[in-house]
Amino acid sequence: MTEPNGLKLEKEKKENFIPSVTEPKIKTKMTVIFLLVTAFYIVSGIQTGATFAAFFQEALPNMWRVIEKFFPPNWAVIGGIWGPLGETIQMAIIATTIAMILCIPLSLLAARNVTQNKVAYGATRGFLNIMRTVPDLVLAIVFVQIFGIGALPGILALTILSLGILAKLISETVESIDMNPLEAMRASGANTLQMIAYGLVPQVLPQFASFTLFVFEINIRASVILGYVGAGGIGLILQQQMKFYNYDNAMVVIIVIFAIVVLIEWISKKLREAIL
Amino acid sequence: MAQFVLPPKPKRSPLNVAKRWMIWLIIAFLYVWTFLEINIDWAAVSERFISSLDRIIPRLFSPDFSATGEILLSMLETIFIAFAGSLTAAVIAIPLGFWAAANIGRSQFATALGKWFLSAVRAFPDLILAILFIVAVGANPFAGVLAIAIGATGMLGKLYSEVIESIDMNIVETMEASGAGKLQILFKGVIPQVIPEFLSYAIYRFEIDIRASTILGIVGAGGIGTMIQFAQMNRNWEEMGMILLVVIVVVIIIDYLSSMIRRRIV
Repeated sequence: MTEPNGLKLEKEKKENFIPSVTEPKIKTKMTVIFLLVTAFYIVSGIQTGATFAAFFQEALPNMWRVIEKFFPPNWAVIGGIWGPLGETIQMAIIATTIAMILCIPLSLLAARNVTQNKVAYGATRGFLNIMRTVPDLVLAIVFVQIFGIGALPGILALTILSLGILAKLISETVESIDMNPLEAMRASGANTLQMIAYGLVPQVLPQFASFTLFVFEINIRASVILGYVGAGGIGLILQQQMKFYNYDNAMVVIIVIFAIVVLIEWISKKLREAIL
Repeated sequence: MAQFVLPPKPKRSPLNVAKRWMIWLIIAFLYVWTFLEINIDWAAVSERFISSLDRIIPRLFSPDFSATGEILLSMLETIFIAFAGSLTAAVIAIPLGFWAAANIGRSQFATALGKWFLSAVRAFPDLILAILFIVAVGANPFAGVLAIAIGATGMLGKLYSEVIESIDMNIVETMEASGAGKLQILFKGVIPQVIPEFLSYAIYRFEIDIRASTILGIVGAGGIGTMIQFAQMNRNWEEMGMILLVVIVVVIIIDYLSSMIRRRIV
C-alpha cells in the first residue's frame, strides 16, 4: 500500500522540479510566436523595401552622398535662425504653461481616488486617451488651415499634445499618493478643497514640477518640427531650405535644433534632480 | 519638568537662497520675454477663424467613408514601417545597451562614451532623421523605416542599459567565482534576467513608433502621412476626417494589445 504511494509522491516531486520553461507546450508556443514575428518582419521589410540588400547597396553608399551634400554647413545663414528659434521656445513655454494649468482639474477628474463618480472618471479618461492618439503634426495641419500660418496653431497643437501627456502622468501620481493623511483630515472635519490643498498638493507637487519640465522638453522637440507644416518656429526655415535643396543651409538649422534639444534636456535634467 | 523644545528650523545657507532667487528670476524673465516677443496677429487670426469655421470643422466631422479602402491600405503600410523599424531597433539596441551599462565592462570611459552616443542619437527628432534619409534613399517607405529604426535605437539603448544596470549581480559574481567564462556569464547569467523587460520596452516602443510613423509621410517617407499631405493640399477635409478616424482607432487597438501583452510578459 505504502510503496506505490511513495513512488507517486516522488514522481510528483520530480515533475515539480522541471523548470516551466522547458515544458513542451510553452516551447511550442514560443516557437510559433517567434516564427510569426519573424514572418511579419520579413513581410514588413519587403513591403517597405527595407531589406538588407537595400540597406547595404543603397543606404550605406548614399550616406556619403548625403554627407557631401549637407557638409560643410553654410554658417553665414545662422543670423536668420535666432528669431524663429526664439519663437519655437516661446511656443513651447506658452503651451506648457496652459497645459500645466488645464491639467490640474483634468488630472483630478481622471484620478480614481479623487473622483468617486464613475461616469465623470471614465469620460475624462476616455477623452484623454483619444486626445493622445491624434498625431501632433496632424493637429498642427488642421489648426494652420483654421487659423492661418503663424505661432498660434503651433501653440494650440502643442497645448493639446502636452495636456494629454501631462494629465495622464499627473493623474497616475495622484492615484498613487498616501491616502491616510487625507482620511485623517476628513475625520477631523476638513472639506474637499481643504483636503486637496493641504493633503494632496504637497504630496504631488515635486512630481508635478518634474513632469512639467519633462513635457516642456517634449514640446521643444515637437515645436522644432511643427513649423514644417506652417505652425511657426524654426521648422518653417528648415522646410523652406529643404524645398529649395539648400542642404548646406538646412544643415545649420539641423545642428542648431540638435544643440537646443541637448541643452534644454541638460537644464531640465539638472532642475529635476534639484526638485526631487 | 519635561520641557518641549522645538528643534531649530534648518537654516538655509545664503548660497541656496540666492540660487532659488536666481531660478525664479530666470523663470520670470523667460515669461516676460515670451509674452513681449510672441508675435500673433489676433485680427488676422480671428478673421480667418470666422471664415474657416464652417468651411473646415463640420467637414472634418463628416468623414468620407468611400476612401476607407485606400486609407486602410496606407495605414497597413504605416504599420509595416513601424514594425520593421522598431524590431530592427530592438535588435541593434542590445549591443548598444550593453555598451552603455555601467556594470558591464570595467572601462568607465567606454560607458560614458556609450551613454553620450545614445543621447546624441535621441536628440534628433524622428522627422529630421526622415528628412536626412529621404535625401539618401529617396522619398519612399524605406526612408521611414530607417528613420524609425535609428530614432527607436536611441531610446531603447538607453532603457536597455538601465535594465542591465538593475540586474542581480550576485548571480554574475557566483558564476564568476565558479569559473564561468565571459560568454557563459552573458548568456546564462545576464540575458535571462533582462529578456522580459527588453521585450516589454520593445513592444512599448512599437506603440510610440506607430504614432511616429503616421506623420513621416508628411515629409515623404511613406505610410498614411502621404495621404494626410494630399488631403491637406486638396483641402479634402472629409478625407482628412476619415484618416484621423482610422489613425485613432488603429492606435487605440495597438495600445490596448500592446499593454495586454506587456502585462503578461513582466
